Amino acid sequence: MKMMMKSALLGLTMLGVASTAVAQDTQFIPILSYRVGPYAAGGSGYFGGAIDYFNLVNATGGINGVKLSWEECETEYNASRGVECYERLKKKHGGASTVEPLSTGIAYGLLDRVAQDKIPMTTFGYGSANAADGKVFKWVFPVGTTYWSQAAAMVEYLGQKVGGLDKLKGKKIVHLYHDSAFGKEPIPVFEALAAKHGFELIKIPVAHPGNTQQSQWLQIRQAQPDYVILWGWGVMNPTALKSAAKVGFPREKMLGVWWAGSEEDVIPAGDAAKGYVSAAFSAPGTNFPVMQDIHKKIYGAGKGNLEDPTRQGSIYHTRGVVYGMVIVEAIRKAQDKFGKGKVMTPDQVRWGLEHLDLSEARIKELGAAAMFPPIKTSCADHEGSGMVRFQQWDGKGFKPLTPFMAGDKALVRKMVDESAAKYAAEKKITPRDCSKEG
Amino acid sequence: MTFFFEVLIGGLLSGVMYSLVALGFVLIYKASGVFNFAQGAMVYFAAITFVGVTEFDISPWIAFPISLIVMVVLGLVVEKVVLRPLVNQPQITLFMVTIGLAFFIEGLAQLMWGANVRGLELGLQDVPLEWVSERWGMSISKFDLAAAGVAAILVTSLALLFNRTRIGRALRAVADDHQAALAVGIPLQQIWGIVWGVAGFVALVAGLLWGSRNGVQFALTFVALKALPVLILGGFESIPGAIVGGLIIGATEKLAEVYIGPMVGGGIEGWFPYMLALVFLLVRPEGLFGEKIIRRV
Amino acid sequence: MFYREAGQFKTNYIDDSAIFPIRQDRIGFAIILLLAFVAVPLFATPYIFSAILIPFLILALAAIGLNILTGYCGQLSLGTAAFMAVGAFASYNFMLRVPGMPILLAFLCGGVMAAGVGIVFGLPSLRIRGFYLAVATLAAQFFIVWCLAKVGWFSNYSSSGVITAQQVEILGYQFRTPASKYLLVLGIVSIMALGAKNLARSNVGRSWMAVRDMDIAAEVIGIRLMPAKLLAFAISSFYAGVAGALYAYMYLGTVEPEAYNLDLSFRILFMIIIGGVGTVLGSFLGSAFIALLPIALSLLVGFLENSIHLSVSKSMTSNLELMTFGGLIIFFLIVEPHGLARLWQIGKEKLRLWPFPH
Repeated sequence: MKMMMKSALLGLTMLGVASTAVAQDTQFIPILSYRVGPYAAGGSGYFGGAIDYFNLVNATGGINGVKLSWEECETEYNASRGVECYERLKKKHGGASTVEPLSTGIAYGLLDRVAQDKIPMTTFGYGSANAADGKVFKWVFPVGTTYWSQAAAMVEYLGQKVGGLDKLKGKKIVHLYHDSAFGKEPIPVFEALAAKHGFELIKIPVAHPGNTQQSQWLQIRQAQPDYVILWGWGVMNPTALKSAAKVGFPREKMLGVWWAGSEEDVIPAGDAAKGYVSAAFSAPGTNFPVMQDIHKKIYGAGKGNLEDPTRQGSIYHTRGVVYGMVIVEAIRKAQDKFGKGKVMTPDQVRWGLEHLDLSEARIKELGAAAMFPPIKTSCADHEGSGMVRFQQWDGKGFKPLTPFMAGDKALVRKMVDESAAKYAAEKKITPRDCSKEG
Repeated sequence: MTFFFEVLIGGLLSGVMYSLVALGFVLIYKASGVFNFAQGAMVYFAAITFVGVTEFDISPWIAFPISLIVMVVLGLVVEKVVLRPLVNQPQITLFMVTIGLAFFIEGLAQLMWGANVRGLELGLQDVPLEWVSERWGMSISKFDLAAAGVAAILVTSLALLFNRTRIGRALRAVADDHQAALAVGIPLQQIWGIVWGVAGFVALVAGLLWGSRNGVQFALTFVALKALPVLILGGFESIPGAIVGGLIIGATEKLAEVYIGPMVGGGIEGWFPYMLALVFLLVRPEGLFGEKIIRRV
Repeated sequence: MFYREAGQFKTNYIDDSAIFPIRQDRIGFAIILLLAFVAVPLFATPYIFSAILIPFLILALAAIGLNILTGYCGQLSLGTAAFMAVGAFASYNFMLRVPGMPILLAFLCGGVMAAGVGIVFGLPSLRIRGFYLAVATLAAQFFIVWCLAKVGWFSNYSSSGVITAQQVEILGYQFRTPASKYLLVLGIVSIMALGAKNLARSNVGRSWMAVRDMDIAAEVIGIRLMPAKLLAFAISSFYAGVAGALYAYMYLGTVEPEAYNLDLSFRILFMIIIGGVGTVLGSFLGSAFIALLPIALSLLVGFLENSIHLSVSKSMTSNLELMTFGGLIIFFLIVEPHGLARLWQIGKEKLRLWPFPH
């Protein structure tokens, strides 16, 4: 017994030594993942992708020699667990560089905390759209695209489909949405665009979790819309596809939000999903050189994070890889300014996220040409792209329909500024003056 | 008017799907007074076990009995390990135990089969019947009709089991009074084992039907929430109550969403059944078919 | 030997009606308060404050609220989280729309609003009992959350329906650091917990217990059921409302109505069942158990992974954590169906004699 105690104590001290030794020369990224519960499939794919990419960076020499380190904490997609995870990890291993909760509820719970702790938070493709205004939301980065940009891009796509935005006049578009903050987020943009282009917007909410949609789809059949926008989450998506099949609504005329556009959303619907179109902020596939590298160097070495290696290149996995790439690029950018080969502070990483310049050439160098759109952020614009791609499910995989494209950016930006200004007034925040920022 | 009937029939048919889940609750409550919240988790566990087994290239006809055995064993184990030590505890404690059990089963299911979302095809197309849509312009799904048929068979056989067999009589005796049943020599634990086994079977059937509609995924556990208003409307102890309650809830919920929903902003399906059940209970506090509670000092 | 009331005579009515009639209890209580108010702030880290102690105290307050309703008055409710949501959204609107509103008054008003809503949803309890009532309170849970999300006014027309708690400031002091927030929460929770303990042994509390044990008999001996039950709903919801406001203002900051979902209601119900029905102490013990156990488990797993270099996948450990959590709940309910507070009672009995055998 005494021996055991002794060795346990020894282990403890060793542990302490080991973690401080690690702390000094690695860039620490906390990973607030969820691998149990209703959204486990998405969570394990996404965070698996991020970790795979971090592993790849470490295997190829780190960022100018700086290795990445990370620690996972299970949030169960629950706001309070997520906050605890964040608090637990933020000071570990020399401090968190950036955090990505992949959950709207957790992101809201962290909103004030990250500003106070001065740790940048990214919200890739979710969360509140007004956070794109970096003047008010200094520490929040909805890098890539927000829901509002996506909504605008969807209308743009529908306009292309009918042969010009002016032809949308008199068309009927149903917004079938998850009745929550998430589903309601794009409504202002849809309404503004409906007024501008003269289409009729029919809003039909689905109560959480949305596992029966008989009434909604009968309403849709009654209304005979030209298109249905599916702004769904979780089990609501396959159920919507099945119910569409049930009332005979063509899946080709359904347009899903990106959270309704992964394999997890269509496979349960089986054949009913064929022809369905969804938005995406990144492209899936295993052919990108970076995915090949991950396959060879990480999975080949048996260090892959996905339990089911066949999920490589799936939507969630590639999204995670893209997230990893953007974070690594932000750190690299920060190192360019603050010193190569050094571990960046959270504030420096924030600077990097604010000065991202991922041109098409740079994305190609990363081995990810056309995997995600060019991103150029600034002090005022924390979104940096606003471009969305549309893809169609053919029963086996998502096939691209369009290149990355944006909608009415001016309108979206105007709404972002207004909404952020309102938030700032309510919270008594003085917006930063971006002309004075370096 | 066609539209009204379409919604009504669609609602009745979805109500049948609710009843299937509610049946599992009723069985266990009737025999042991346990409000088994883990029924939703059992539905998920059953469905994912079935799909998991078929992934080993095993034909569905063999996978079904295998999953049935798994479910029955699960039921027996739960009865023996969890509920037997808790005999005579307050109902609320038993209820909370089953929530703990739900966590356990959910974790076990994802541990065994992974978190991947799967599809499930039962060979029944969820498409409208052509002759109905041609004749009346209504869309009635083949799948829904088949599900209704399954539910009807299940209820009839359960009703027969309860009313016509020796086991059924014993079950009813146990439900009435545990101690008296023991006193006349009914093997209580054996009976409870049977009930949990049957509940596992019902969970499997519900899991397959719901799974082929929603996909086999964690969200199947949410179907329990659809079953609760059915239970209070129909009465916790009544098998016909589960069916009638399901039909009422299904039909009114859909009609309300279509006709009242747009007036208040929609999405009312989440709470409407509960409100309906609540109003109903104010009139009949023991549910539609529940046993009249006679209370003495 | 150490815990015995022999020799402590109650010589007047004031002594007889003290909240803690036994000297050892008073000393123990004072020590706990001293620890909580002085010792903990000296030693705890910001992580312990903001991720563990603050949510623990807030949830304990909500559990006390539910305990008043379920433990003392015998009415089962699955809608606690919704009443918390009412408290949070009401406080937010009072702060937003009434200029110069002091924050504590806003919490109070939030609690009162929750109490009002609680009375409305308590009305069915006059006719419905047991599980039927429990499932009926789910109507409150779903309806209130739906309503808060649907009516834009409640969230000041925020496009995503979330509310952002205003800065908490009392007499010019801004509560920003985790330690200061902890002390404020602790202060509120201590006062309200003491209030609950006091209430439970008052005339009202006794009438509640009579209703709980058998309401017809209570009616026969002259307790009016309607005021008794509705008062229990009101006070219970008041506690929940204040807890909900604290949850938004002191813990999450920005919340969507969905944060107050059924899951939270269940967790609070767990707290009182595991902690002990009908005791204030049990609410704290239960809250500690339910709020801290998952964290403890995940820390333990992390520690095991590091120390013995257990290389198992994260999915596996996450699922095992969930299973262990469920398993421990089952285990505790089997071993001690009356809750952790009962263990304390047994402990007290032992202490009375210890170290002597008789």
